[in-house]
Amino acid sequence: MSPAAQPALQPSAQQVFRTKDLTKVYVTGDISVQALRGVDFEAAAGEFVVILGPSGSGKSTFLNIIGGLDRATSGEVWFTDHELSRFDDRALTLYRRDHVGFVFQFYNLVPSLTARENVALVTEIARNPMRPEEALGIVGLTERMDHFPAQLSGGEQQRVAIARAIAKRPQVLLCDEPTGALDSATGVLVLEALTQVNAQLGATTLIITHNVAIQDIAHRVVHFGDGRIVSTNVIAERKPASAISW
Amino acid sequence: MSALHRKLLRDLVRLWPQALAIALVMAAGAATLVLGVGAYQSLSETRAAYYERNRFADIFANLTRAPKVFEDEIARIPGVAAVETRIAKIALLDLPDTAEPASAMFVSIPDFHEQRLNLLHLRSGRLPLPGDEHEVVVSEPFAKAHHFGIGAKFQAILNGRKRTLRVVGTGLSPEFIYTLGPGVLMPDDRRFGVVWMGEKALAAAYDLTGAFSSVTLNLTRGASEAAVIERLDGLLTRYGGLGAYGRRDQTSHAFLDAELKQLQAMSRILPPIFLLVAAFLVNMTLSRLIMLEREQIGLLKALGYRSTTVGLHYLEFALAIACVGIAIGLATGTWLGFGLTRLYAEFYRFPFLVFRINTAIYVVAAGITLAAAAVGALKAVRDVVKLPPAVAMSPPAPVIYRRLLPEALYAVLKIPQSLIMVARHLLRWPLRSLSSVFGIALAVSVLVGSLWVFGATEFMIEVTYNRSERQDATISFVHEWPVSALFDAIALPGVMTAEPYRAVPVRIRYGPVERRITITGKPPDTDLSRVLGPGLMPVRLPETGIALSDALAKILGARVGDIVEVELLERNRRTVRLPVTGIIEGYLGLSAYMSLPAVNRLMREGPLISGVHLLYDTDRQDALFRRLKATPVASFIGLQRASLRKFRETLAENLLFMITVYVSLGVIIAFGVVYNFARISLSEQGRELASLRVLGFHKGEVSAILLSELAVLTLLAQPLGWAIGYGFAWAMVQGFNSELYRVPLVVERSVYGWATVIVLMSALVSALVVRRRIDRLDLIEVLKTRE
Repeated sequence: MSPAAQPALQPSAQQVFRTKDLTKVYVTGDISVQALRGVDFEAAAGEFVVILGPSGSGKSTFLNIIGGLDRATSGEVWFTDHELSRFDDRALTLYRRDHVGFVFQFYNLVPSLTARENVALVTEIARNPMRPEEALGIVGLTERMDHFPAQLSGGEQQRVAIARAIAKRPQVLLCDEPTGALDSATGVLVLEALTQVNAQLGATTLIITHNVAIQDIAHRVVHFGDGRIVSTNVIAERKPASAISW
Repeated sequence: MSALHRKLLRDLVRLWPQALAIALVMAAGAATLVLGVGAYQSLSETRAAYYERNRFADIFANLTRAPKVFEDEIARIPGVAAVETRIAKIALLDLPDTAEPASAMFVSIPDFHEQRLNLLHLRSGRLPLPGDEHEVVVSEPFAKAHHFGIGAKFQAILNGRKRTLRVVGTGLSPEFIYTLGPGVLMPDDRRFGVVWMGEKALAAAYDLTGAFSSVTLNLTRGASEAAVIERLDGLLTRYGGLGAYGRRDQTSHAFLDAELKQLQAMSRILPPIFLLVAAFLVNMTLSRLIMLEREQIGLLKALGYRSTTVGLHYLEFALAIACVGIAIGLATGTWLGFGLTRLYAEFYRFPFLVFRINTAIYVVAAGITLAAAAVGALKAVRDVVKLPPAVAMSPPAPVIYRRLLPEALYAVLKIPQSLIMVARHLLRWPLRSLSSVFGIALAVSVLVGSLWVFGATEFMIEVTYNRSERQDATISFVHEWPVSALFDAIALPGVMTAEPYRAVPVRIRYGPVERRITITGKPPDTDLSRVLGPGLMPVRLPETGIALSDALAKILGARVGDIVEVELLERNRRTVRLPVTGIIEGYLGLSAYMSLPAVNRLMREGPLISGVHLLYDTDRQDALFRRLKATPVASFIGLQRASLRKFRETLAENLLFMITVYVSLGVIIAFGVVYNFARISLSEQGRELASLRVLGFHKGEVSAILLSELAVLTLLAQPLGWAIGYGFAWAMVQGFNSELYRVPLVVERSVYGWATVIVLMSALVSALVVRRRIDRLDLIEVLKTRE
């Protein structure tokens, strides 16, 4: 189902993420860097959010905190009705394991496992996973599932990474520069897979990118600047991924 | 300092744990080389100096009695440089502070001229006055064991007559560096010593005035020992000569020789093991370092550095580690060498110590260690030199993995993906994995090859004292007595059983091979002192013929049914031919056995016995010992329990030290190999492992992947290590075995068990050290980096 044909997000959709006055300071010796300065944010179930901003604006830091990879210096972070800011390391690991799908700029596949095995790596520890073959089918890689990452193109590797992320049926999908290492045509394929997954599974999808062109496929665009949310735009008419280019 | 050297230093600091682990392996190699060679040289030189200064004889012979004037005829044998005739007899002692009977070898010293051979080294006091019947010099260890000062008195039964003796001096002799009483395994200074007495006094005591019962010779340079021995035997035959022998068969020299051989073996076997492992570790670590620094290498070359300069930089890395290892190893080896040589000097009763580690050893140890490092670095450095700059600066080709099993099988076997990762990672670099298995196996083998000897010694004790020589005491008579003496022995206080034996010195010959041995005659139904057949089970001695110990049979090349020539060396001297009717198993010396009636028939002297074995009630031990001390017919009383206790005491003293050294060596190898492998594996897979943490794997699950790799390697190494260790034990047995004693090749299961446990624990500790790094993986950093 293409995003354009989807109904717009219902106002009463369940709130998946909420942050209140989120602050993060990195201290290295005598130097402290304030990466986030009191960020208030919300995301609903099924929402597709693109986060834009220049380097050093705090968008990756923000993603890492709501993804359970890092802890805030102060403020609150909520995932549904769980306060992530109070979770210890073990609880954060379980949160990532059960609820979060990650897609990274450089794919981070295990080179010694085939595509299918990379996905199975995650389904083995998930509570209610889909079969690896099904996940790879969603991203269109059924024919390539027994190839090693070294035998796949960059776009194919990224799609394996997406399959790996969605195989556990996550509630949220967090993508940090998913097209950053890819050319335009390949990047579009990856974005198509992400939008399809968002529509099909209803996972709240957050994508960090430098690439302004990508904002048109989102429900909402959030602009970060200097550790704050500078502006938020709701996209009235989303474009399909195939309609954008850079 | 050049930029490259600064980089080298910083790299060494950054990688200090790995570098140190490798350096310690190299240090162990250098240390064991210095220790083994150093201790060997020191002991060997000390012995050589002692022998030379104190004119240790080349040939020894005992006889019944010959006139002193016969000495000149002996001196005329071609090849003889010096002759000394003397009286040497074993006599029973009555010591005031010892309940147990003791004995001493009484040796005469000339009254009116200096000794020519086997010079007594006086440690305190003076020599006895000429003709004095009571003044004696005693061996220093014996004096110390009994707190004898100058003027101390004790009693001895010389030729059946009790005499009070007074200590006027203490001394040492090259003839008694290792002092063993007859038939015992370990020196016991409390129960056996050496006493030097004026020749006239000792001769009078033994009715040997104007005669001698022992002769020692020195040879001229180039003289043939065998030829001189043959001539000497010919001359001494009519005087009851018991067969001359050279240094090789002299007890003290033989035991010392065996110890020196072991030291030599240690210095030959252990260092190559460590240096081989070190070379492999250098290769593994340097290869990974170069892989990580590919871009830097390309950059250096692009900037204009010559390929050889860049290659040399990495060679210097390996050599720097070697230098650290050499420094630690040489210092440790020297320190241990000092300690070991001092230990030996005390144990073996040297009057002085030559400890001089040849500078050449240090140079050799350092050179070999550097060479090992260079060899290990060779391939990696060659790769650096050959790498074109453009290739170096571009990302390396992705590693190609392969599936080994059909896809369907994975689904059937339901192998977890983490295990598949482990297997494929190990198999991707088979040479590295195999070398790691081999390295760990060497750690196991060092432990098996060193710890087995303790169990084997226990086994020897079990066989000797529980199956074979089960008596509590053995009385050796001064000369043969009628078998009725057995009943006198039974009548002694506390004696429950007594068994007679007869000991006859002979020369046995089969084909071209001959040996001087003692035939022991035992009653056919012996129960105390038994002979053991195949399978170490007690057997009954055949009524006729002669049974040979397996070692003797092997040396002669004789089997059951063969006919051997036996030349009787006492009294009724003649040569007879006897059939070999049995092979007897045992670990001590070369021996032969016959039934007691058969021996007596052979000697044509009626039923005589040389001594008795006793079983006694320990509650009445004191009364028995008091009577034994006063027994005029006995020259030596062996106490099996005391002997065994002494043996265990001596063993225990050294046990802790030796085990600590060997276990440390095994741990160094195991830790070094596992730690370096783990670090390299983590370096290669760190990104994947961090990614798994991001995906929701717990720390334990992620660590388990790396630890599983280490576990696979360590477990695979065990059976290989056991096999190699068994091989070392076999080689050591070949080296140990001599005509004096043999060590059984018995490697108990517990040895394999302990070796495995120690290596597993070392591997676990090194794995846990690396695990901390896994727990601290930077999850965020890894998301931003390409591999």
